Amino acid sequence: MSAHNRPLSPHLQVYKPQLTSILSISHRATGIALAVGTLLLVWWLLAAAAGPEAFATAQGFLGSWFGLLILFGFSYALMYHLCNGIRHLFWDAGYGFELETAYNSGWMTVGASVVLTIIAWIIAAAS
Amino acid sequence: MAEFTLPANSKVKIGDTYKAPDGAKRIKKFKIYRYDPDKGANPRLDTYEIDMDDCAPMVLDALIKIKNEIDTTLTFRRSCREGICGSCSMNIDGTNTLACLKPIEDVKGDVHIYPLPHMPVIKDLVPDLSVPYAQLASVEPWLQADTPPSPTEERRQSPEEREKLDGLWECVLCFCCTTSCPSYWWNGDRYLGPAVLLQAYRWIADSRDERTGDRLDALEDPFRLYRCHTIMNCTKTCPKGLNPAKAIAEIKKLMVMRQ
Repeated sequence: MSAHNRPLSPHLQVYKPQLTSILSISHRATGIALAVGTLLLVWWLLAAAAGPEAFATAQGFLGSWFGLLILFGFSYALMYHLCNGIRHLFWDAGYGFELETAYNSGWMTVGASVVLTIIAWIIAAAS
Repeated sequence: MAEFTLPANSKVKIGDTYKAPDGAKRIKKFKIYRYDPDKGANPRLDTYEIDMDDCAPMVLDALIKIKNEIDTTLTFRRSCREGICGSCSMNIDGTNTLACLKPIEDVKGDVHIYPLPHMPVIKDLVPDLSVPYAQLASVEPWLQADTPPSPTEERRQSPEEREKLDGLWECVLCFCCTTSCPSYWWNGDRYLGPAVLLQAYRWIADSRDERTGDRLDALEDPFRLYRCHTIMNCTKTCPKGLNPAKAIAEIKKLMVMRQ
């Protein structure tokens, strides 16, 4: 058989998911989520500018359980992208490449993003 | 471009099972990727039952046992059996490593063995490495200096300068790291990959080399260097415990610092 018909060896199908790759793809996914969430924010602001009825519609949707779920996801995406972004800044400066350090900073990113999201929602609920 | 599923001719089918001999007590199943270029059929996953009481400890030992005693058609690269030659790199239990350095007992359950990921397969566990080799040649991995060496002594290097090469010279070019990198999977035609970039840095970091500027020029490219997104699968998987991600970061730093 010619070289052009060689099969491609399995990759995503067999490679074990691990913290390194999962956090990396999550960074990208949360980045996309932030872009989508920003559109939602723009819609809310436009509705506020358009008048009381439009604003009531937007507010009604965002205040519903589904809207709140989206906002929760949006806020988590923001916190995760922020924390992991700081992790990337350290890497760009040449720090934190030892495997143990990279794993510690990875778990710290996960923990900090969860805690920051919860704090943000507690503050939001209290105000 | 990223293509997340395998092409139709690459989908892995269920293969044959080779039973352990009667009376075997400690049976371990080895599920091994097989592809025969002469048959034209899809790759398959064959199962070999091995009696662990009659097998040496490493995954490579099991592969050699299978080839010697069960199925002579099983094809894989191997040479030194002690982690120096870099030949027996493959995907074992979901991560890339050298079969000779991987103890069988480290694998819970069945031992799944595939060729290095996202590579054209020549036969069974033998991937075509022509592209990474060509990429290695492209970084000109040898000492380049315009200053002629002294006729009476070698090019001198202080212990501190020599120390900068530790963690770089030990690479055996098994390409475990390169083929663990999702970025290389999707852009391997233009991104050089961790192994080659580590080699590039090995010469950039060498105090005796006088072509640092040219070497950095050659890497200043959105794909060759900057497809590295610090995923760190490379460092995680390196069977020699090296850190290609850090070497790439050092190149990126030099790129910024010379501006």
